[in-house]
Amino acid sequence: MGHRLADLFHGRRRLQVGALLAGPVGWLVIGYLGSLALLLVAAFWSVDPLSGATVKNFTLENFESLVNEPVYRTIVWRTIRTALLVTLTDAIIAFPIAFYMAKLASRRGKALLVVGILLPLWSSYLVKVYAWRTLLSANGAIHWALSPIGLDTPGYGTTAVWLVFSYLWLPYMILPIYAGLERIPDSLISASEDLGAGPFTTFRRVILPLSFPAVVAGSIFTFSLTLGDYITPRLVSNDQFIGNVIFSNIANNQPFAAALALVPIVVMIAYLMVARKLGAFEHV
Amino acid sequence: MRTQQANPARTAWLIVGGLLAAMLLFAGCGSSSNSSSAGEEMKKVGKGEGSLDLISWAGYVEPEWTKPFEQKTGCKVSDKEAGTSDEMVELMKSGQYDGVSASGNATARLVAAGLVDPVNVSLVPNYKTVFADLKNQPYNTFEGVNYGIPHGRGANLLMWNGNDVKPAPDSWNIMFDPKIAAKYKGKISAYDESSYIADAALYLKFHQPDLGIENPYELNEEQFNAAIELLKEQRQYVGEYWSEAAKQISAFAGGDVTVGTTWQYQYFALKEEGVPVKASPASQGFLPKEGATGWSDTWMISSEAKHPNCMYEWMNWIIEPKVNAEVAEYFGEAPAQELACEHTANPNFCSEYHAEEPAFWKRVYYWETPVADCGNGEEDCKDYNDWVKAWTSIKG
Repeated sequence: MGHRLADLFHGRRRLQVGALLAGPVGWLVIGYLGSLALLLVAAFWSVDPLSGATVKNFTLENFESLVNEPVYRTIVWRTIRTALLVTLTDAIIAFPIAFYMAKLASRRGKALLVVGILLPLWSSYLVKVYAWRTLLSANGAIHWALSPIGLDTPGYGTTAVWLVFSYLWLPYMILPIYAGLERIPDSLISASEDLGAGPFTTFRRVILPLSFPAVVAGSIFTFSLTLGDYITPRLVSNDQFIGNVIFSNIANNQPFAAALALVPIVVMIAYLMVARKLGAFEHV
Repeated sequence: MRTQQANPARTAWLIVGGLLAAMLLFAGCGSSSNSSSAGEEMKKVGKGEGSLDLISWAGYVEPEWTKPFEQKTGCKVSDKEAGTSDEMVELMKSGQYDGVSASGNATARLVAAGLVDPVNVSLVPNYKTVFADLKNQPYNTFEGVNYGIPHGRGANLLMWNGNDVKPAPDSWNIMFDPKIAAKYKGKISAYDESSYIADAALYLKFHQPDLGIENPYELNEEQFNAAIELLKEQRQYVGEYWSEAAKQISAFAGGDVTVGTTWQYQYFALKEEGVPVKASPASQGFLPKEGATGWSDTWMISSEAKHPNCMYEWMNWIIEPKVNAEVAEYFGEAPAQELACEHTANPNFCSEYHAEEPAFWKRVYYWETPVADCGNGEEDCKDYNDWVKAWTSIKG
């Protein structure tokens, strides 16, 4: 039996590759893209108001109410704005840390920093958000630390959402930038200095252009993770994000929830196209 | 290299295009089938199937009374706690559970979607002594057919921090009247679900009788809009909307909010933590003067139950006088079983929770699913989807 199987594959290159890839590609197409397509098909259906059962007739009413009711525009814009803000914040915080790790730290220091950055990823997402709830509380640690200098905790709200997201996704920004910076040969930096460039010029003309694709790659994580999240806004603010509206509609109006789910997908496609233009996929 | 770089993009576009085409194709040729079939009720309870999968509210399925149940019937209980009625409906759609402790704002939806079967109450001996005003109610009986076994009932509480809110409020106006609510701006805790619209409607029923609101779950356009306006005005005073009990507990414990609408579960949890909370009605013996929204929960059996015999055993067990007393005291609600009052650890429990006073419960408006057809034959009431959409717009 084993021999016959081996004979069958012998010299047939396409069959070999096909058999090897059938599993993973099948999973991708059926399990992933297929279910995604099914979900999105539902966006063109409607719902029986009482039972929540789907009525499978083609209609555009979900998209009409999505476009016509101002509250959804507000929510979509809020979500995108927060995602951009979080991405920018993380990029600004992550770059110096990654630069220190890649170029300045000793081997031991590097290892310690990598562990330190990965460590928070070991604990549960919910634990971290609830910990932030405690920190931000009216009588919490932030209030305690800031009140001597006349400041106070921002409390729960939009600022809290921005803080918590920036904290949660920071590792996903640091790691790609670190990988990108590591790949820049030190000799390029020395050469730049030898040719008379100051540190600022070296950074602007050499390091930044070479590491920019890595920053964009990291931003894909921070941006898409913020775009899809609904638990953090729900726990540390009264703000609704796209995910929250999907969540509140999923039990009784799946078609409308599906139409809403299209919004982040469209935004992400646009974002990825811009990222591609900026060269995020060239050296990865 | 250049040509290879162009290819992935083209492939990606092909996939996206293909998906879009497939979507439109699927969406266009779907048929409008409505598969809500009326299920059959059981004729005879047979031998238990050895296990039981339940969906419940937190505090309804606890080892204190599931262990003896398992010993007696051999049905091993596994329980999934749900946070909201929407979540319960969603979980029931999976078809993986035998039964659910559904509140009135889920029951009609479960029945209409064909997710639950009628219950043959003659197979549940303890049903005979369930309080009469819990039987054959619009949230557990549909077109004369019983769809479940009452579990217990309670009113949604008005809770406040005794140190910060004085004197003790006796009306929901502390949350809804702008003049009074302004005093607690940013310290008010409101429930984060569309059914909270009924709380506003109940307030209006009392304070604006000319709107003619009878039942806060049956609202026509004008009444509905008035309730939405009230909630939009309330929005600026709300510190936090809560949907997870844990979220509200941490907010009261941390001093972020001082007054709000709550359930018994959070009230007792906060008392245990030593937070000086007070609440009405049960613990104080009165309702806010407008009355309150509340719930009356019903155990329902899934139409796809894999362990129907165990489920019938469970529905009888949970209203066994002793067990129902235990459950009611654990959670802090009025029992459904008349005879339970003789078994409570606290001998005054039933009178404290007004379990035996129908007049008290007349002022509690149990959660219902809003439907367009609200009894006047005109189908002019706002339905559940309208409520959900309005709730999104209130929060903004």
